[in-house]
Amino acid sequence: MWPKRLILSAVMALFTVSPALAAGEVNIYSARQEVLIKPLLDQFSAQTGIKVNLVAGNADALIQRLTSEGINSPADILLTVDAGNLNRAKELGLFQQVRSENLEQAVPSAYRDPEGHWYGLSMRARPIMVAKDKVKADALSTYQDLTDSQWRRKVCVRSSSNVYNQSMVAAMIAQNGVQTTEDWARGLVANFARPPQGGDRDQIKAVAAGQCDIALVNTYYLGGMLNSSQADEREAASKVAIIWPNQNDRGVHVNISGAGLTRHARNHDNAVRLLEFLVSEEAQRWYAEANYEYPVRPGTPVSETLASWGEFKADDLNLALLGDHNPEAVRLMDRAGWR
Amino acid sequence: MSDVQAAAGGSERSRLQFDWWSAGVCVVALTLAAPILVIFSFVFHPAGEVWRHLAATVLREYVTNSLLLVLGVGVGTLLMGVSTAWLCTLCRFPGRRLFQWALLLPMAIPAYIIAYTYTGMLDFSGPVQTTLRAWFDWGYGDYWFPQVRSLGGAVVMLSLVLYPYVYLLARAAFLEQSTCVLEVSRTLGCGPWRSFFTIALPLARPAIIAGLTLALMEALADFGTVQYFGVNTFTTGIFRTWFGLGDSSAAAQLAALMMTFVLVLIVLERWSRRQAKYHHTTQRYRTLPGFQLRGWRALGASAVCILPLFFGFALPATQLGAWALRTWRQTLDPAFFQLVRNSLLLAATAAVLALLLALFMAYGKRLRRSPLIEGALRIAGMGYAVPGLVIAVGVIIPFAWLDNTVDAWMRSTFGISTGLLLSGTITAVVFAYLVRFLAVSLHTVEAAMGKIRPSMDDAGRSLGLRPAAVLGRIHLPIMRGSLLTALLLVFVDVLKELPATLILRPFNFNTLAVRAFELASDEMLAESSLAALAIVLAGLAPVILLSRSIRRSRPGGEHAS
Repeated sequence: MWPKRLILSAVMALFTVSPALAAGEVNIYSARQEVLIKPLLDQFSAQTGIKVNLVAGNADALIQRLTSEGINSPADILLTVDAGNLNRAKELGLFQQVRSENLEQAVPSAYRDPEGHWYGLSMRARPIMVAKDKVKADALSTYQDLTDSQWRRKVCVRSSSNVYNQSMVAAMIAQNGVQTTEDWARGLVANFARPPQGGDRDQIKAVAAGQCDIALVNTYYLGGMLNSSQADEREAASKVAIIWPNQNDRGVHVNISGAGLTRHARNHDNAVRLLEFLVSEEAQRWYAEANYEYPVRPGTPVSETLASWGEFKADDLNLALLGDHNPEAVRLMDRAGWR
Repeated sequence: MSDVQAAAGGSERSRLQFDWWSAGVCVVALTLAAPILVIFSFVFHPAGEVWRHLAATVLREYVTNSLLLVLGVGVGTLLMGVSTAWLCTLCRFPGRRLFQWALLLPMAIPAYIIAYTYTGMLDFSGPVQTTLRAWFDWGYGDYWFPQVRSLGGAVVMLSLVLYPYVYLLARAAFLEQSTCVLEVSRTLGCGPWRSFFTIALPLARPAIIAGLTLALMEALADFGTVQYFGVNTFTTGIFRTWFGLGDSSAAAQLAALMMTFVLVLIVLERWSRRQAKYHHTTQRYRTLPGFQLRGWRALGASAVCILPLFFGFALPATQLGAWALRTWRQTLDPAFFQLVRNSLLLAATAAVLALLLALFMAYGKRLRRSPLIEGALRIAGMGYAVPGLVIAVGVIIPFAWLDNTVDAWMRSTFGISTGLLLSGTITAVVFAYLVRFLAVSLHTVEAAMGKIRPSMDDAGRSLGLRPAAVLGRIHLPIMRGSLLTALLLVFVDVLKELPATLILRPFNFNTLAVRAFELASDEMLAESSLAALAIVLAGLAPVILLSRSIRRSRPGGEHAS
């Protein structure tokens, strides 16, 4: 008799316990790498007792996974490192609106979806970086200047398959139109010092070693190298200076990492709590200190490295547009011969 | 093989038996082909406009680069793999015992890791060129130095880590060759060179081709190396078209084009040896005599073996070790051992399952050489030439569909929600591994089975063994070496596998490859070195163990030197 009762109670326990357990959790699909998000999530768990479960991977494939899993998807939050993918997820109907005063106050409107489908968490800028000993700080002041013939064989940049370059060109298309941007891309390609290759750190190293004078690089890579455990990286980074382009007009190209609440989220409240935590002042400071990104929350003190680069004017283009222009940007770079 | 067929088709009962094998093989093949078929189904969406764009701009570059890459890696792996396999198996020279197993080591290093490592050393801003510039007071443009990040560089990197496939299978084939054949060639006055080119090489051809096919498929599917080097191939093109241009149909069509290319190569090769049979007609095995090399010949032989070992393993592993020494305090934590455990468990599970499936399918084919089974085998083995991320997407779609269908049915019928049963579980991950790596074990097992004379089967059957018993009691013992090879290859491949693991894994589940890649792709090479080194070390033990077993596996060669 009693084994039956045991089984019954076990089954009951299973069904009653699991929702209770689930209430103490929040599940994330993250295109941001584990090392660059886990410490924050651990901090959140320590403060709230809410367990955070994480899958980190390629953004496009995670979006596919979320789409296919549909109503049964366990994910509560999708986190990406570029606005283009956030917007794509929104258009696929993967997100739901979040109305939260905390979020709306912390994130300036340029860095969040107008309807509240996603919120920016950190900002990264893609300025011009030059060899200190070869290029004067006033030698060039806009992205347009990069196409000047005096820089023939002087410019290094990574492949156009990289999403940072795609977003940058997409932003230009949104502002200047296809034709102007294509002319710009052709001019840039003509000035390449070498076929595009490597990652952003490699472009900094090439500038430091004298293979080229100018590179287009995201700021946090320079920050990482300046504070690297390897002496050669620190030395290379010290030879490079940042030029903030287009300060008199549209501003330097920026992109965000951000996140949204999935449409079928089961842990709605916990997920919103996590989003709010990620834009809290303490979390925002962490982005600047640990990964040299810029906080999205205005007034957050930045780290010494970031402060040393000075203030700059960021492009205030609505980042939701980047996703719309991304395919055109890729075609344009194909046509311009930007490998 | 027709004699087996006749024997098997002899009675009504065995014909039923036979259909069971056929059906089984087809079901397994179809299941494993599902992800690829899903991707292929995108092919039927029109994408003419994108194609016009691709054809006008980048398609020629994709095709040329992919062809050159395959050609280069083919030549590189053949030269390194076959020469070292022959020397280590049939010649005696100093260091031979060490080389026999050590030559396998480069396969434990993921291609993208070796690419990052060499770039770090040989790039313009790396220590080698910086030192040269300091010595000779050169500046940029004053001297010529080979460009690491180039098509040539990619060929060298991939050849260095892929030649062990050719070496392993070629060596197994040389070991399985009967001494008699070689002795006959010696008595007929052939020297070592002629014996090699006229007897051993043609006899080992199926195995060598099997190894080469694996190496080339892996090279075609490579993404990490070519992407880092800025070399545009089919693989980078697929990703760019899919995710950059946002056109899954055109991307699938590119993938289909690439797979057609692979299929044509395989068919051509099979057609070219359609008449030849490669089984031995004698069972007389003795300790291999070995050509004793002395003086400069011995030196030359050692050099041939040292070079790939040094550049494919010693140098990059030393660099990784140096980095790991500097960073292990930050990277070695309790979670790290969990990574090791996860990686080993996954690799072992996938290797065993892949071997069982390969045996089942290869023997099914042997029982009846029907075009249907032949086709099923080829389709099941296609996954190896497909980039891991494409397979991952191909697994996500049918698994999620199945889960949601079951869930909807259970809800409407019993009011119970089953949720996702397969998606986001280890099962999905292992399934993706099987899709991707079955070709490895299949090729190895097929090559080994092809060398067993059909008369063995006939003898077994006439003594009353059922087909399964023939496989278990006759084939398996003969093929032991090749089976271990198949296990080892899949094991190491899974250890290194990245994109599918990344996307399909459950929450909070990490492997060594995931950890190594996450850090390396964020250009934190030094921090990634410990995980990379752990992959190498984890691969090391089985490599050594199995290398010994392969040597012992030689029939009659229990105490072979």
